[in-house]
Amino acid sequence: MSHLKHFQFNAKRRQVLKGLAGAGLTTVMGGFGIKAAQAAGKVTMGFIYVGPRDDFGYNQAHYEGKSALAKQSWIKAVDQENVPETIEVQKVMEGMINLDGAQVLFPTSFGYFDPHILKVAPKYPNVMFLHCGGLYDAKKHPKNVGSYFGYIDEPVYVSGIVAGHMSKTGKLGYIAAMPIPQVLRNINNFTMAARSVNPKITVQVVFTGGWSNPVKEAEAANSLIDQGIDVLTCHVDSPKVVVETAEKRGIYSCGYHANQAKLAPKGFLTGAEWNWSKVYLDYAKMIAGGEKIPNLIRGGFKEGIVKSSPYGKAVSAKAKAHADKVRAQFMAGDFVVYKGPIKDNTGKTVVPQGKAYGQTDIWLESMDWLVEGVIGSTKG
Amino acid sequence: MPIALAPFLIPLSALLLSSVLFGAFVWMAGATPSDVYQSIYRGAFGTWYSWQNTLTRAAPLMLTALCTALPARLGLVVIGGEGAVVIGGLVAALAGIALLDAHPMVALIGMALASMIAGGVLIGLVGWLRQARNVNETISSLLFNYICIAILNFLVVGPLRDPETLNKPSTHHIGETHMLGYLGDSSIHMGFAFGLIACLILWILYKHTTFGFAVDMVGGNARAARLSGLPVRKIMLLVTFMGGAAAGLAGMIEVAAVHGRANASLNAGYGYEGILIAFAARHHPLAIVPMAILFGGIRAASDLLQRNHDLPDATSLVLQGIIFVLVLASEAIYARMAAKSGYKS
Repeated sequence: MSHLKHFQFNAKRRQVLKGLAGAGLTTVMGGFGIKAAQAAGKVTMGFIYVGPRDDFGYNQAHYEGKSALAKQSWIKAVDQENVPETIEVQKVMEGMINLDGAQVLFPTSFGYFDPHILKVAPKYPNVMFLHCGGLYDAKKHPKNVGSYFGYIDEPVYVSGIVAGHMSKTGKLGYIAAMPIPQVLRNINNFTMAARSVNPKITVQVVFTGGWSNPVKEAEAANSLIDQGIDVLTCHVDSPKVVVETAEKRGIYSCGYHANQAKLAPKGFLTGAEWNWSKVYLDYAKMIAGGEKIPNLIRGGFKEGIVKSSPYGKAVSAKAKAHADKVRAQFMAGDFVVYKGPIKDNTGKTVVPQGKAYGQTDIWLESMDWLVEGVIGSTKG
Repeated sequence: MPIALAPFLIPLSALLLSSVLFGAFVWMAGATPSDVYQSIYRGAFGTWYSWQNTLTRAAPLMLTALCTALPARLGLVVIGGEGAVVIGGLVAALAGIALLDAHPMVALIGMALASMIAGGVLIGLVGWLRQARNVNETISSLLFNYICIAILNFLVVGPLRDPETLNKPSTHHIGETHMLGYLGDSSIHMGFAFGLIACLILWILYKHTTFGFAVDMVGGNARAARLSGLPVRKIMLLVTFMGGAAAGLAGMIEVAAVHGRANASLNAGYGYEGILIAFAARHHPLAIVPMAILFGGIRAASDLLQRNHDLPDATSLVLQGIIFVLVLASEAIYARMAAKSGYKS
């Protein structure tokens, strides 16, 4: 899996080397003892989702990834939906290990990590806990924990290009859960992309305060549309309500997490999607090959971790050509979104002229500002 | 049927009927009922592991059930447990942060007291609104839930946020050494003992003290109670306060035993599930214990139903729903039977 970007800290590498030199255990046991277990039969993998499997969003994206794995004859994949970020998830993880014999767990919600995975993982050193969210820190976290995440802001940028071309009013809308770095980065990418097409474009943001709040999402969508917005996108767990409302009101929409084209056959433009089936299959192959599983996996378009939804029929040839070009630049790895000068929407310069933050820059992970052109505030 | 055993026997027969109906439901959903029963047993009560699983989930439910059950003896239908959990947890986290340098015991007692006062004042306010302004307690407690959740979300995203909690906004941590431990070698946290003790104390209070007798009198006929010189207002305030304190304590346990911080996960529905348990236990503090364990067991078993039988998550809600309806219906039938037999004698 050399094409995946591995961010292993020096301390980590030293630990691994020590392990190799010491007992040679690391190589024998390969992949945290998974290979030994595999010899006896199937590898059992457990997936845990915070919402329903068929939410047309975050959880469905993971479920689709799990379903791709379940086709492999040597894998037994079990999963569970609607597991809250409470002690319940600790019990579900332990249940998968003790009752189903799971050797690898994929607790997919961000809030499962601290304290839940961190509490359960040390009790089961032979089980690998792979968390979606990219929080792994070799200095702080147990060795049998890993994390994976993708730069979904890349396909969001591509959506922004398409939205910029398709908008007639120059007013775009973004319905988002809460002003946390991941979300702000998506909003900023979308805005900068759209404004690279037409500098007069504005993006109005509404924060709903929760990841799954269908009533507020519908209200926000309707009120944005009433204000003249003609392309709507979102960052909530399930984009279903937003995309459906946009379609009903006859405006365009860009999707998120999974493919929502079915929900809006007329107005769906494109969307930012996870490509978990590839990530999960890669993990499965590493396990099958007895390879050591990296503790941190990250990537964007280039690594195949994220993708764009196929263009809807409304998308113009010009928009497609521009979006394809930008995507090709992301694939080549030479596209930098956060290149100065960039001002935030209060007029303050956040990235000065001549300064650039590449995709992997850690500074971007603590984003707390909205870029010029966004109407809204990080105060919610 | 001996009256003393009624609170246990009535739900028991309702439970038997529920399992028959639930069997029919899973059969229609394409699973084999006998296998499903076996899985429920295995997942909830089959082994020591599953017992720990069940009891851990029952812990907060006993306390939130008390929030509805205590005022119910006065004839009040309070459904504000969720709000009390949230506000209790939030205040407990604040107390924990303030007592970061104190002795762990002091910190835990401080957190517990703070959470009980916060939850108590909240539900006490519901009681006060009822008697002073005649505001319907069900509506006001329901609305308080939304207000509390909004306050929690506002504070953890804004002023109280630990800047390190980037993508899951939370307050600062109360300190690993100040966390509540586990019962013996088990994986059941202390919260279970808190719930058990609270149910026991309140049962004694209601059953064996003049205060309990006074509460039942007010619940039977408030005007008659007032005429016989009982401080009805005070009793109402005190009882609603105690109910809220119990649910507030559940919030403290969530923070001190599970999360270590206050965040949106406090709003996990324990308060609402407590309402169900209180009604199913006919508001009897001791009957709440087995009911909470049963509902905890259903949650625990739901895991296996999903994973081994491909049944949707909602299956456990169906079972809870069937039990709830049948227990309530059986109560009505029992009341009619009792009335009839009373006539004859």
